[in-house]
Parts: sequence; C-alpha cells; structure tokens
Amino acid sequence: MTARAPEQAGSGQAMVCPGGPLLLRGARSYTDDAGVEHEIDRPVVAVCRCELSSLLPWCDSTHKRLPEDKRPR
Amino acid sequence: MTRRGAPLPETGQNLGMHTMSTTRAALPTPRGSLSERVVADLRTDAARLSQGGSRPDGVGEEDAALTLWVLHELSYGGFSDVDPDAEWEPAVLTLRRDLQRELETRLRQRWPGHHVSSDDFADELMAYIEADDGPSVASYVHTRATQEQVLELIRWRSVYHLKESDPATWTLPRLTVRPKAALAELQYDEYGSGRADRLHAHLFAQAMEAVGLSTRPGAYVDECPPEVLEMNNVMSLFGLHGRLRGASMGHLAAFEVTSSVPSGHLVQGLQRLGMAQELIDYYAEHVVADSVHDQIAVRLVCAALAEDEPEQAEEIFFGAFTCLDQEARFARALLGRWGVAV
Ligand code: FES
Ligand SMILES: [Fe+2]
Ligand SMILES: [Fe+2]
Repeated sequence: MTARAPEQAGSGQAMVCPGGPLLLRGARSYTDDAGVEHEIDRPVVAVCRCELSSLLPWCDSTHKRLPEDKRPR
Repeated sequence: MTRRGAPLPETGQNLGMHTMSTTRAALPTPRGSLSERVVADLRTDAARLSQGGSRPDGVGEEDAALTLWVLHELSYGGFSDVDPDAEWEPAVLTLRRDLQRELETRLRQRWPGHHVSSDDFADELMAYIEADDGPSVASYVHTRATQEQVLELIRWRSVYHLKESDPATWTLPRLTVRPKAALAELQYDEYGSGRADRLHAHLFAQAMEAVGLSTRPGAYVDECPPEVLEMNNVMSLFGLHGRLRGASMGHLAAFEVTSSVPSGHLVQGLQRLGMAQELIDYYAEHVVADSVHDQIAVRLVCAALAEDEPEQAEEIFFGAFTCLDQEARFARALLGRWGVAV
C-alpha cells in the first residue's frame, strides 16, 4: 500500500512528512490503493508511506527504525 | 449540531465512577526543613511563608524539588487542605521563583548547546531527537519486567499522566499564529477531541483504576524519587514562563517523537504479562496518536515558531535536550532500582 499524493487524498488537507507519513487533516475516511475504505475518527491521522507499519494504513512510527535510504522521501 | 444529528452525550455520561476533576491532592510528606515549613504554612496560612525569610542555604536538592513540586501543584488542581488563594500569595510566588531559577540554572549547566545549522529546521530537530540513545524502560518492560515492576512504573508516571498535556497548554497564549493553531490541534487530540471518554489523562486514570491503583493526584508522590519530581517541575517551569515558550515546545516535540515506539514496546510487555486491557489500550492509543503528534509538534509547532521568532530556535533544542535528559535520568533511577545494568 502506498499513501496517496495530497491531491488524491479526497477530502481534507494533506501534508507529506519527509522520511515519515502523510498527515491528513479533516478527512472522514481514507481509501487505500486496494480500494478499501478506512473510517477516520480523529481530527488528523498519519497514513503510513513506508509500508512497514503493523497498523496499516496508519503510521505506527516503524519508519523511525529504518535507515535513512529506506525511508519514504 | 444539526437538529437531525445524533444527540451529543451528556456531560459525564459513560465516565464511570471516576471524578478526577473534583479530587484534589493531599500535601505530601516533607523531605527536609524547607518542605516541612512550606507544607505547614500552606496548611495554616500561606502568607506566613514570608516570615521565614527567603530560602535558607544548605537546603538539599530533594527537599527543594519537593517544595517546588508542591508550589507548582497550586497552579493545577491544588490541595484539599490548602486555601486555593495560596496560588497567588506573594510569599509563595517569591519562593517559587527562587526555586525555579535554581532549577533552570541547573538545566542550563547540563545543556551542551546546539548550533542550528541546516536550513530545514524541522528535519534537523527531528534528527536530533531521533539520535537519542538513552536507556529505555519500555524495552525492559517489553521482554523482562514483572507485574510489580510495571505497577511501580505506572505509579511514578502517574504524577505526570494524571495531568497529561496540561503543562504545554500554558504555552498556548504565548505563541504566534501558526504555532498556536498547531499546538491547539495537538492538544485537542490529547484532550479527547471533544470527547471526555477519550481524554488521555482520563484514559490513564481508568487504566490505573483497572489495576487497582489510586487516581488521586499526587497519591504516589511520597514514593517518587527526586528524578520524578524534577521532570514534573521542568514541564511546569517551561509551561508557566512565557519567556521559556521555545523550551516548552522543544520539550513537547522530544516527548512526542520518543513516545510511539516505546509505547509499542509497552503494549507488548503488558500483553506478555496479561495486564488490564485499559492499560494496554492507553499505550496502544499512543502508538497511533503520537505518530501524528510528533509530526505536528516538530513541523507545525516548532519549525513555525523558529521561523516566526528566530531567537527561539536554540531554545527549542534546549527544551528537546532537557526532555531527553530527564527521561534518561528517570530510566536510570528506575532501572537502577530494579537492579538492571544501564
Ligand atoms: S510511515 Fe510511519 S510506519 Fe510507515
Ligand atoms: Fe497523550
Ligand atoms: Fe501525544
């Protein structure tokens, strides 16, 4: 699963965090690349971009343990 | 709310029997001549504090730390046996300021300094915090700790977590537009996004109840070592002083950045020990929430603050360093007590 680019995020505002997740503000749901819709019940969520989170599609900070070159840009 | 919307829950609904907001702390047991005098005067008449002159020389660090913790507590929930007016008593403020100055001097002596060098402040701050390699209580809990050890950790942590996020809230009105909006967003989530049953301090209180601990503020202060008192004093000092807004936000950033991964270790350790689900849920919530909060704190609060007020840039690093240093001191005290080599 890859986090979508900001313009594809659907609703709300998006911000790419270098080396980390995509922050999504004010969205009601997030649809991943497989087309599965995930409900959102918090004001801002972090969508995983390294694809290694154990809580996909959400970031669980696993990216922090990756070497610099393995991190999402 | 529109007329057709679902009704909002009434205040207090689904909160169980817990009444944290109305329970005030009891004064702790003194640890020396200064805290003895302060506790006695607060109990009777806070104005009498001025009669003893200012802080006598030769007061031990632990005595001073406990005294400052007590004086700070007056600005949170206060004490059941102290007149709430004592918070603004001039004699109290004078002593509090003296003790805060001593603490700040000590913190600045420990701070090796940091020259902000790159043009991407957020990346530099994130990397600085992530490079921290202090001892980890969470890693030990993950694989080795016993139930009793976890309960001790919870009691020590409760001094802060029962008022989780409150110290940083003091900083909110001291900020310029962008960092203020970002901090409000972060705190909104810490405070449950409008839902009392999701307020983090309340989740922690529920977890404490689930494992049979008291949720009265300061209930376990007497058993806490000076490291716990100092780390709480640091947060209050940074929060209460507008001058220290950069340090307060740097501290927040370091706290949030170093929370998610250790919270994951705690979840696994608590599951290994078969401990209460409420406690597991509290840390599981922080795996997810702090993977959001850390980015907000670093990129939207601190970087914007450094841009708006460049003279705060190094102060932000000072606050981040101090948070990491305090956590390391806490970990050494606790792991040392458990006989774990660090
Ligand atoms: S981006 Fe954070 S875990 Fe993948
Ligand atoms: Fe929290
Ligand atoms: Fe947080």
